[in-house]
Amino acid sequence: MTSYPAHTDKQLGLVIDLDACVGCHACVTSCKEWNTGGHMAPLTDFSPYGAGADGVWFNRVHSYEHETESGCRTVHFPRSCLHCAEPACVTVCPTGASYKRQSDGIVLVDEDKCIGCKLCSWACPYGAREFDADVGVMKKCTLCIDRIYNENIPEEDRIPACVAACPTSARHFGDLGDPDSSISRLVEEREGIDLMPELGYRPTNKYLPPRAYSGKGAAVSAPPLEAAFPEGGFLAWVDRVLSR
Amino acid sequence: MHPAYSIIFFTTASGAGYGLLALLGLGVAAPGAILPEGRAFGLVSLGLAIGLVSAGLLSSAWHLGRPERALWAFTQWRSSWLSREAVAAASTYLPTAALAAGWVLLGRLDGWVALSGFLAATGALITVCMTAMIYASLRPIAQWHNRFTLPAYLVFSIMSGFVLLNALLWIFGVGSPWTFSLALLAILAGWLIKIAAWRSVDASAPPASANTATGLPGGTVRSLEWPHTEENYLLKEMGYRVARKHTRRLRGIVHLLAFALPSFLLALCLVLPAPAVLVASVLAAFSQLAGLLVERWLFFAEARHTVTLYYGY
Repeated sequence: MTSYPAHTDKQLGLVIDLDACVGCHACVTSCKEWNTGGHMAPLTDFSPYGAGADGVWFNRVHSYEHETESGCRTVHFPRSCLHCAEPACVTVCPTGASYKRQSDGIVLVDEDKCIGCKLCSWACPYGAREFDADVGVMKKCTLCIDRIYNENIPEEDRIPACVAACPTSARHFGDLGDPDSSISRLVEEREGIDLMPELGYRPTNKYLPPRAYSGKGAAVSAPPLEAAFPEGGFLAWVDRVLSR
Repeated sequence: MHPAYSIIFFTTASGAGYGLLALLGLGVAAPGAILPEGRAFGLVSLGLAIGLVSAGLLSSAWHLGRPERALWAFTQWRSSWLSREAVAAASTYLPTAALAAGWVLLGRLDGWVALSGFLAATGALITVCMTAMIYASLRPIAQWHNRFTLPAYLVFSIMSGFVLLNALLWIFGVGSPWTFSLALLAILAGWLIKIAAWRSVDASAPPASANTATGLPGGTVRSLEWPHTEENYLLKEMGYRVARKHTRRLRGIVHLLAFALPSFLLALCLVLPAPAVLVASVLAAFSQLAGLLVERWLFFAEARHTVTLYYGY
């Protein structure tokens, strides 16, 4: 049955701080490195070192310019599966390969049942799913189920690879269904938001918008260039002559 | 959306096939001899309907990444329109086989054969509705997720089935002014729906914006840098843009081939002698199928998925 559970015991997910992300793509590469040997392995690459390189990735970092009345800033934006509470990618699946777990809310693909019809990727507004043309099945973020429950690795490593790799702590992992968890409190404090809430998928992952400018920061740019030798003299005459 | 040829052929061919099957089934089930009872007509017309449907279904299975697992697709009918389509398509084969056996092998059209005709027609129309709902249920694509998708698929199916049936009846020398007049009416109904659907799609607002997609409220959000330097699956599958550049010209071709030319040819039949009516009816069928292939190509190519917002489209 590919209907999703109405309620899950936990809502494991990520909180991504757009204020802290510097767009280094460390989460992207560590995700690829872990998962190409993990639950959904392999993450096939075609022509990886040649022209037209194409491969499966669970996590992609976009960069945007956000221009408002208060100024313009660059925002780096990691995009991956949001493990929605109402995932249409699950209900559209004709085979039952796509499912949402009752225990922790993670959305997964059973690769042995997937027929590769690609409909789930059409149903996902966020572009979280990528088709592996070599294996012929759909692949997606597993929230590193093979790390977070893995008793063979040290306890401090039992977090998703992307979270472990982030050098600026822009990525946080935890139970968003528990209002007292540290990441739920972080979301509340920073007024974390859902992406495309108007589509009604109720994503579990939350994004923390960049903080407003305080105006208190030190000037970091060099002073503007001034007219050469405003006090006049020989060099000012040279400047005038050469500027003609 | 990427217009996959397998899916374009599937929806067009099986749409026409199911439309023809529905009309044949209803014609058999209806009291009085509406259709010619001869076995030859049954063989050719049912053969064409079943051939179109089956070629389309095979083509759609070809589109799968793992076609050998296709039987799994019959399991999730409680939630998935694609699974419901698979169940409906497979179920329709049973009464269709009974209808074909009764009509072609036994040469009878009464009793259980008529009942099979009714059931085959019902199954055919239900299958077309399931196909339409696959597209109509996808919220990220405004061009599909609207009230026109279901009626358009249904009317196009009946329309193309009617045009085929009219051509077949004239080929067998049993056509009448009724058949091409009804086919003409069906074309006009399909034309109206397509015009209304295009107008509605052109006026509709996108379901989300770059602001809500990135969670950056207010102002403008410009894509500065993509995550990757080459095209990826998302851009190949959902970022298809070629058709939008040529939308007006392609829509013109659809107007001409799918609707204007077939209606003109069938309207001309009112004044033409019988041999010329046959030629006009066959030409109308070919022209319409070609036009519907372009229409279906546009249906995919014009559809904009919300994931393109992340790429600055």
